[in-house]
Amino acid sequence: MTATAVAVPPARTTGSRQLTGTGPLTRLALRRDRIIIPVWVLVIGGSFLSVAQSFSALYDTAAERAEVARSMTANASLRALYGPVFSDSLGGLTTWRTVGFGAGLAAVMSLVVVVRHTREEEETGRQEMLSSAMVGRRAPLTGALLAALTANAALAVVITAVVAVYARTPGGSGGTTGSGIGGGQLAGAAALGLATAGVGMLFACTAAIAAQITENARLAKGMTAAVVGAAYVLKAAGDASADDGSSVLTWLSPLGWAENVRAFADERWWVLLIPPAAIAVQAVIAYTLAGRRDIGMSFLPARPGPAHGGPGTAGALAWRLQRGGVLGWGAGFVTAGVIFGSLTDGAADLVGGNEQTREIFERMGGRQGLTDSFLAAMTGMLGMIAALYVVSSVLRLYGEETAGRAEPVLAGAVGRLRWAAGHLLIAFGGAALIMLLGGLGLFLGHGHDLPGLLGASLVQLPAIWVLGALVVLLYGVLPRAAVAGWALAGLALALGWIGPALDLPRPLMNLSPFGHLPKLPGAEMSWPPVLILTALAAALLAAGLAGLRRRDMSA
Amino acid sequence: MTKAISVAGLHKSFGRTHALDGLDLAVETGEVHGFLGPNGAGKSTTIRVLLGLLRPDSGAARLLGRDPWQDAVELHRRLAYVPGDVTLWRNLSGGEVIDLYGRLRGGLDPARRAELIERFELDPTKKGRTYSKGNRQKVALVAAFAADVDLLILDEPTSGLDPLMEEVFQRCVEEERERGTTVLLSSHVLSEVEALCDRVSIIRKGVTVESGSLSELRHLTRMSVSAELVGAPGGLARLPGVHDLDIQPFEGGRGHRVRLQVDTDRLDAVLRSLSESRIRSLTCTPPTLEELFLRHYAADDPGGAGAAAPADGTDASGADGAPGAAAAVSR
Repeated sequence: MTATAVAVPPARTTGSRQLTGTGPLTRLALRRDRIIIPVWVLVIGGSFLSVAQSFSALYDTAAERAEVARSMTANASLRALYGPVFSDSLGGLTTWRTVGFGAGLAAVMSLVVVVRHTREEEETGRQEMLSSAMVGRRAPLTGALLAALTANAALAVVITAVVAVYARTPGGSGGTTGSGIGGGQLAGAAALGLATAGVGMLFACTAAIAAQITENARLAKGMTAAVVGAAYVLKAAGDASADDGSSVLTWLSPLGWAENVRAFADERWWVLLIPPAAIAVQAVIAYTLAGRRDIGMSFLPARPGPAHGGPGTAGALAWRLQRGGVLGWGAGFVTAGVIFGSLTDGAADLVGGNEQTREIFERMGGRQGLTDSFLAAMTGMLGMIAALYVVSSVLRLYGEETAGRAEPVLAGAVGRLRWAAGHLLIAFGGAALIMLLGGLGLFLGHGHDLPGLLGASLVQLPAIWVLGALVVLLYGVLPRAAVAGWALAGLALALGWIGPALDLPRPLMNLSPFGHLPKLPGAEMSWPPVLILTALAAALLAAGLAGLRRRDMSA
Repeated sequence: MTKAISVAGLHKSFGRTHALDGLDLAVETGEVHGFLGPNGAGKSTTIRVLLGLLRPDSGAARLLGRDPWQDAVELHRRLAYVPGDVTLWRNLSGGEVIDLYGRLRGGLDPARRAELIERFELDPTKKGRTYSKGNRQKVALVAAFAADVDLLILDEPTSGLDPLMEEVFQRCVEEERERGTTVLLSSHVLSEVEALCDRVSIIRKGVTVESGSLSELRHLTRMSVSAELVGAPGGLARLPGVHDLDIQPFEGGRGHRVRLQVDTDRLDAVLRSLSESRIRSLTCTPPTLEELFLRHYAADDPGGAGAAAPADGTDASGADGAPGAAAAVSR
């Protein structure tokens, strides 16, 4: 043939062939995720279950429920944390406490699933071989979104079932009559399930876009998580300024949409149509990008780096690998601190005289003064979120080892401990840095008491370090179980977030290292728990490193 | 014969890097075609364009008569690809991966699958994370050879295989050739290329510098000549196409030893000149494959074989216009 150089015509989207192979790819994704998706669904569903069960034990009279609903909604800072209460039925209270948290978790589950089956496949090179077979250009994305849809659908079903069965109000409004599950009960539970899953799918599509525009799976996850965080902050600010979810800020946030479905409070079904619309818009963007680009490439191509230089030691290499994450977390903590700090003054608005509310609130963090206890709750929350940072940072060791990148480094004149020390210094020191930045942000927003706020932030560190050191121990002794570190951090987060309202037994609450910390600012500084936790962290760390020195490194 | 692959004037840039700079490639249906070049020459980029994974900036590429970007999915029904570095999923077994690729390529012969697993001594029940490098390659090779396809695209497929498995691989390629399958084989294992390939293309810096059968390529390069002469050699240095001439008189004045390199198509004149001085002994060695490739790989100017000037700067124009020389594209 006589081939002449011609300009390549723009890519056309030629019908169904773009989607060829979607079936096998979806099955591949679900097969790979046969453990992790059920775990996500059961853990999220389980947190709904435990909230519903404990609320039914805690508030078993209509008067108690009405009192909680009234006082919780009256206070701006509490609304910022949990949103307003729309119904004082048991279902309504369960919805109030779970909808933001549950939708956020569904978003994280979805973004992990989507990035795992799109950009991560390209980054590892597996997609190249897959796409050499009969796989349309849009099939990988479709397979990933269908896997996320499966997970979210399962989540919607589990939440609906759990809430319908366990959040029944005896004879109450929106509840059931007798022992069966009435239509109103089922409708409320389904609205909650669909609102949660809708947010999950919405962020699945956000992740789909992020996976197209960056070459780096970790960055794609980080970008999407930042959007989830921004949505949470928008909802918090909106709920602080209006007591019925009607603020523009709330309506700008996908998490605010879930809240505004008002499950168990004359469900506004039409609000459930907003996430699908947003899903459609985002899917169009993601699919347009996916059909047009080179596989493995992105629209933010990697720039060339310097020809010389580079990290000279294992520690410098670790910093090079982790600095982006540290800076991103730091920026997020400052921002969150400023926003929460500026909400603080609303905390004093709490309607007094309600023993129950105050009790809950104090269990959540503070003892003296509502402002102090709000700030203490905020530093506590930042501390629990910083635990996620320390887990992800410690697990870089595991990632480097399993990807085979640790092997050549360790084959150099670098001992295991020195190699690990570089990453661990960034993990444990970085936690101190981002907590300081969070405290600085709180001060910038609040305007008072810089030393007190920095101190309150730093006092969280021993608990964060204990969690980090536990992950080091897992990694050093049982490396295949190292990712269970996420479960540890998640457990601490769940205990801290929903535990105080559930009146959980003290020994259970004490499982979380955060439960032992003095509630600063406000409470007296108490050194023994801080010192004991720090010593415990050091001991766990030493044990983990001793295990690492002894065990085989995997390829 | 129709062309299974034809590529002309292909350009592809990544930012400021020009990976392909007007590359040409022609592979006849049913042949095993070697695709050679130093690291970073653009072999894998070309293969990704052929697989429709990358969109070329300009130029024409046809695969089995169709457009590799537009008709990617239909084309992929008829081809199988083995990358040089196979990555598998941690929690899927090798057997599951082979069957997955079977489904994704529109079918796989179960009998052949079983036979290949046996021949490659692969344990299909192990999980992805437990396979060694060579065994991961075997998973991809079994999946490719068990598929009923017209074209195999193999990008350094034997990296990590032991010599026994290398032999199994070569037999499999031979069987594919007998079946009429076209094979594009990118490889740095020159013995493998020599044993398997009907024709080869050599690329450098994104441009094809040479294309032809191995004997044609040999013809384009120089022979090493070593001779013992009774008399004194005269006029060798003036002959066109002679390089690296080295004349040593024997002790006691009994003749000379001559060593030289000569462009293959000028050999005739050299032999005539040598025989005028009465030849006592003569060895004439064709270049080894390694020498052939080293010459092409190491050349500085991507202008083609003729411009592959030796280090001493003597005239190397002899190969210009030689029969079988590919029209080198230079921009």
